[in-house]
Amino acid sequence: MMRFILPFIVFIVLAFFLFRGLSLDPREVPSPLVGKPAPAFSLPQLQVPTKQFSSQDMKGKVWLLNVWASWCVSCVQEHPVLVELARQNIVPIYGLDYKDKSADALTWLSRGGNPYVLTVSDTDGRIGIDYGVYGVPETYVIDKQGVIQYKQIGPVTPQNLQEKILPLVAELEKK
Amino acid sequence: MMRILVLLLCLMPVFGYAGEAKDLAEDPVLEKRMIGLAEKLRCLVCQNESLASSHAELAEDLRREVREQMKKDKTDQEIIDYLVARYGDFVLYDPPMKNYTILLWFGPFALLLGGAGALIYQLRKRRQTVPEISLSVEAQQRAAALLNQDKDNQA
Repeated sequence: MMRFILPFIVFIVLAFFLFRGLSLDPREVPSPLVGKPAPAFSLPQLQVPTKQFSSQDMKGKVWLLNVWASWCVSCVQEHPVLVELARQNIVPIYGLDYKDKSADALTWLSRGGNPYVLTVSDTDGRIGIDYGVYGVPETYVIDKQGVIQYKQIGPVTPQNLQEKILPLVAELEKK
Repeated sequence: MMRILVLLLCLMPVFGYAGEAKDLAEDPVLEKRMIGLAEKLRCLVCQNESLASSHAELAEDLRREVREQMKKDKTDQEIIDYLVARYGDFVLYDPPMKNYTILLWFGPFALLLGGAGALIYQLRKRRQTVPEISLSVEAQQRAAALLNQDKDNQA
């Protein structure tokens, strides 16, 4: 009897791990920044380059920082979702235009609509490095104390908005 | 005249190549140190490439960052800590020993030990189930006769 049970158990264990591997995304690298204070930055605004926006200005508010670029392919897919979210006025979305040309970025916004309260230009990608950005788009949920509570790698979809981001925002608002 | 022209044309690719290694020329010692460190780090965009060999834009930016920090006299460990703080242990090709990497570090040895244990167990069990049978003189003679008979048949 043992002759059959043992290989069967080994098979089940192996199958479990392999099956688990199917649903894991190796592109999704867990960020060490979740639970840590969002790196401070002060960058020129995309629309008004003479004016700076500092992450310190957002103390006391729950907000989303969305990293995007006009050259980014998946941002096209994400954009309408953000426009719709901005229309609902639930949480302010701030944009970080990552390694982009301002002219291209402005054209991109005028074409697809502008969901952002404002966008800052990270032309040489330094702030991106501070935030551990490795693939655009990425979205950070930052709480009232300025702590990163969640990082969405890849486009925001209606599904992960409903399941993860919005419940988290609602919870953080109460604090 | 023609020969010199041909020779010059042959040298053209050499000049073309020299143009690409501009960064190296700036400070070869620093560049060598940077590449040495970057080889131990993983590029996050093309995950199977090191930071040294990747052509991804992020890798270029990170190499620039490493270069600048080296110029500021940061130690290799400080630079590694800087990158780990942003991108996590994932950037390290040599994973650190932590609670959640115990399986990674010792799993193979555990499998090896388990396998060896199972093998020894099986061999012991087999020895018990197949005991050595000692033949009597009579039986041995019979066996020899049978074997010889077999040989004769074959011949």
